[in-house]
Amino acid sequence: MKRLLSALVIAAVVFSISLAANTGLAEKILLINGAGATFPYPLYSKWFYEYAKVDPSVNFNYQSIGSGGGIRQITAQTVDFGASDGALTDAQLKAAPRELLHIPMTAGAVVVTYNIPGVSESLRFAPEVVAGIFLGSIKRWDDPRIAEYNTGINLPGQNIIVAHRSDGSGTTNIFTDYLCSISSNWNSKVGKGTSVNWPVGLGAKGNEGVAGLVKQTPGAVGYVELAYAVKNNLPYGDIQNKSGNFITPSIESTTTAVNGKVNSMPEDFRVSLVNPDGEDAYPIAGFTWILVYKDQVDSVKGKKVVEFLRWAVTDGQKYSADLLYSPLPKSMVRKIEDKINQISY
Amino acid sequence: MKTRFVDSGFKKAVTLLALSVAVLTCLLVYNMAANAVPAMQKFGPAFLFTSTWDPVKEIFGALPFIYGTIVSSALALLIAVPVSLGIAVYLAELAPLYIRQPLNFLIELLAAIPSVVYGLWGIFVLAPFLRDIAQPFLSNYLGFLPVFKGEFYGVGMLTAGIILSIMIIPTISSISREVFLTVPFTQREAASALGATRWETIRLAVLGYAKPGVMGAVILGLGRALGETMAVTMVIGNRPEISASLFAPSYTMASVIANEFIEATSNLYLSALIEVGLILFFVTLLINIAARALIWKVLSKAKIANI
Repeated sequence: MKRLLSALVIAAVVFSISLAANTGLAEKILLINGAGATFPYPLYSKWFYEYAKVDPSVNFNYQSIGSGGGIRQITAQTVDFGASDGALTDAQLKAAPRELLHIPMTAGAVVVTYNIPGVSESLRFAPEVVAGIFLGSIKRWDDPRIAEYNTGINLPGQNIIVAHRSDGSGTTNIFTDYLCSISSNWNSKVGKGTSVNWPVGLGAKGNEGVAGLVKQTPGAVGYVELAYAVKNNLPYGDIQNKSGNFITPSIESTTTAVNGKVNSMPEDFRVSLVNPDGEDAYPIAGFTWILVYKDQVDSVKGKKVVEFLRWAVTDGQKYSADLLYSPLPKSMVRKIEDKINQISY
Repeated sequence: MKTRFVDSGFKKAVTLLALSVAVLTCLLVYNMAANAVPAMQKFGPAFLFTSTWDPVKEIFGALPFIYGTIVSSALALLIAVPVSLGIAVYLAELAPLYIRQPLNFLIELLAAIPSVVYGLWGIFVLAPFLRDIAQPFLSNYLGFLPVFKGEFYGVGMLTAGIILSIMIIPTISSISREVFLTVPFTQREAASALGATRWETIRLAVLGYAKPGVMGAVILGLGRALGETMAVTMVIGNRPEISASLFAPSYTMASVIANEFIEATSNLYLSALIEVGLILFFVTLLINIAARALIWKVLSKAKIANI
């Protein structure tokens, strides 16, 4: 009995010492919480890792729970910043207790991937062909509308099987945004969003689900993030842009797409990047944003968040390309810095 | 004195634990119902009977999900119950001892495989097999039946049903085996003494006696099939449509919640998804009640027969 008691006392002492040590540590390092989009998560984690070397006094914790969750949490003020692949609607902005700012962090592109038996060449898609396939009006690969831009490629008489994301996602948001911009039929029938009522096709979960379904199904076509397609060596098509050129999706052609929108950029950055001007701009792209309150209630945290954002849009951009995200063009970065300077703390 | 105090304390403690389950369930239902109010007000009972699911225009109807959940689970039972009973009878009655242990172990291993692994196997092995071999075969010979018509995608209701059946076979077969083992040996001896063959002994003495227990096993399996999310989502095709064909893609309640919950940004959308969760809860409850009632009926009959 006595032995047990003394053991307990020792345990208690050790525990309280370690507790004291822990709280001592916590006082030194400031924890900043964020939550939201999954798409930029690899880049954000890289940033937080690198930023820890720049400013060791702050530690970022980011939960990639999806844009919807990010918007809800920043609205409820349970996190210090939110992140979203889609811009907030006016109603969502109104629901927030104070003014929320959209800070574009990077841009991503969405590619059309396919599996056509016997075709190893890269296909070229005109906008009306992409819309036709996903609306279900183009049903076979040997359709003359596809063949028109792919002379010399022997397209089989195979049925097209459309694969799309079944989970709500920013990738779907960008892709349906593009379809809305090029097809009035799509715009009125389906619309854009993180989940939509697909006219045709099979749903699969995540980029990996769509890629898997396309790989497994002869005749399938789907859409995935550029980064995912490149890393996994998926075939993807060139898309005809506004200027009439067929553009291969790449980091550069996505940055060019951002450039094409800089001049017409609205003041709050809530802009879609699809179908931009520019000879070499890839037309299916979108921003991903960090959401912060314009007036920060916690001055210490607010200062650290602003410092980090400033670093991320300038020095941080050099990490983007390696992870297959498109760096923001210089002209855009200047505009964003002005916006970050408006944050008060 | 001291022991009596411990006894009553123990009783109180376990009562409290048992009650906590009931309280938790009630809270769960209350919370879901409260959050589903916006969707209930907007769509009313039509939510249960309409088939449009359009998050953009915010029109929601859950019928295809309800249909998909019930049909995929029924399909799973249709395949799993005969197979599981066969396994259980073999293991409990016929298998030599040196086969029983390893086979038992293998079946329990099946139950421990995570559902995402089943899903991956479904995508990469089962779906191509069904698309290239099984579905053309079925359509060739049984194509006059509406259930075997349509294009071969590989993924779809049939694939989901088969994956689910494989996932519930361990549950049903291992519990049924345990139930068969509890059948008193005198039952079997009595049947044999009356001149029953091996098959007759099993059918009359073992299966008859074990019926309620086997029903319980089936219900447990059904519970798993109704709620299974990941594996089904990966192979069912996720299309909110009702089709007579088993080849066609479908959608289940658990899948739509898992798929769309994280990115559901508007209140009505979120509330519609929560209402789907509530419906799943009640469908599961109703099926369980129906199954219990069936067991009671069988039990009371068995008692009369025993008297």
